[in-house]
Amino acid sequence: MTKFMTLKDAVATYVKDGDTISLEGFTHLIPFAAGHEIIRQKRRNLSLIRMTPDLIYDQLVGAGCVRKLTFSWGGNPGVGSLHRVRDAIEHDYPCKLETVEHSHAAMANAYEAGAAGLPLAVFRGYVGSELPLVNKEIATITCPFTGEQLAAIPAIRPDVGIIHAQRADRAGNVLIEGIIGVQKEVVLSAKRSIVTVEEIVDDLDVTPNACVLPAWTIDAIAVAPEGAKPSYTLGYYDRDNNYYKQWDHISRDRDSFNQWLESHVFGQGDV
Amino acid sequence: MTTHQDTTQYTSSEMMTITAARALSNDMTCFVGIGLPSEAANVARLTHAPDVTLIYESGTLQTKPDVLPLSIGDGELCESALTTVSVPEMFRYWLQGGHIDVGFLGTAQIDRFANLNTTVIADNHPESGKNGAHSYANPKVRLPGGGGAPEISTNAKEVFITVKHSKRTFVKDVDFITTIGFGRDGKGRDNLPTIGRGPSVVITDLCILKPDPTTKELIVTSLHPGTTKQDVIEATGWEIKFADALETTPAPNEKELQVLRELKARTEKAHSAQEAK
Repeated sequence: MTKFMTLKDAVATYVKDGDTISLEGFTHLIPFAAGHEIIRQKRRNLSLIRMTPDLIYDQLVGAGCVRKLTFSWGGNPGVGSLHRVRDAIEHDYPCKLETVEHSHAAMANAYEAGAAGLPLAVFRGYVGSELPLVNKEIATITCPFTGEQLAAIPAIRPDVGIIHAQRADRAGNVLIEGIIGVQKEVVLSAKRSIVTVEEIVDDLDVTPNACVLPAWTIDAIAVAPEGAKPSYTLGYYDRDNNYYKQWDHISRDRDSFNQWLESHVFGQGDV
Repeated sequence: MTTHQDTTQYTSSEMMTITAARALSNDMTCFVGIGLPSEAANVARLTHAPDVTLIYESGTLQTKPDVLPLSIGDGELCESALTTVSVPEMFRYWLQGGHIDVGFLGTAQIDRFANLNTTVIADNHPESGKNGAHSYANPKVRLPGGGGAPEISTNAKEVFITVKHSKRTFVKDVDFITTIGFGRDGKGRDNLPTIGRGPSVVITDLCILKPDPTTKELIVTSLHPGTTKQDVIEATGWEIKFADALETTPAPNEKELQVLRELKARTEKAHSAQEAK
């Protein structure tokens, strides 16, 4: 059953050095506040999984929290490269970074397989792509009924799944609206889960097929207003596209990134 | 950017976008990539194909954005969609399930068999025969990666590609096949009945290319007005062939230009208003 906690306590309780962690959110609802708290608590040797690493993993990699990155599209959307991730891959700065590269379809299927309790995901994928040459986790499997060759990759089952959502009710049930990405799959596939929300309300006021995570699927809920900025939360605030453009300059060299880290992460009070 | 002294003036980029838009018809379902494909698909929707179904990988089904999105998951796509599904549902049911007529893609590199590379530009190449594993181990420029493209290319019934024409982009063999066109030998889709038929047209700012029905090598089928064969030869990294019945692409009409320019102006205004906040 879920507990309401401060974000500081939730990360201290559920995120350990060496853990495999998914902080998801497909452009929408990216849990930046939680990522910053992990940086503040100086977690190390994390294996991070995320379809689109985005600025949040650029920040975690640049801060030295990460040993391994699994992803399917690694850029600053509409802007360019993730400079901190590139510096880690190309120059081992601030530490060596191992990468595992997939396609979106593969990762979406692997999250779903994780949520479904299966050891692997099977899908019609990677046909003719050279990604299987460079990722030993991509295999083929023969359909026992038709003989078709299909792609198979291991299910994603992170130690910790972390997402941001619009709101929770007082019992801890969580509503997710808009582009829901792999939010539900992350929570259901993870051993432990943390959900940050914009606010807590008396009544979620949902329609019958709304995307709701029951309280008993979540370990900790932390209130983090604007916790997805500079990403967005539908119904609360827009994506700060200008910040994504500025990040290109902030992250381009080590000094300006480290200054940003001091003033915007370590210099900030606890959420 | 070249401009043409015609009844209406337009740039080569506008020519490309409008030609790409014309490739879509009203009854198609189209899985749209961000950037140039998104621009073209929305021009199609706002001109000759008002009922074209646009789908983005963020899960937004039948979306009708008023301004072009900067990212694949902008709120505008969700708020103007018929419905929004999860990302696993998008890739499993809607794409792999066979509901997409056209995948509309851009790329960083494309080769003579329409293979696409968005993974890595290699630092050095082996003497003969490109090999993706070698390029991956010897990166010169790290690109974002595959995203949705590897499966869009095989699970949509056909693929349209739009990309600016240059020798850096149009190479004989891509350094890495992120997304298959027809494979390193043109035979990569042979004997695979469960996948789509692959790229059917490539639209650039100079011309239209289509795969040869037998060899699958891309050949130029139509030159844009004012473009010469020599222009295309100089911008292509292999010995490009031209169709016997080489056509001239019809110039954009006033309506198309107006719609494209208004769309871009609305987009710029919306994004700069946000920056001013």
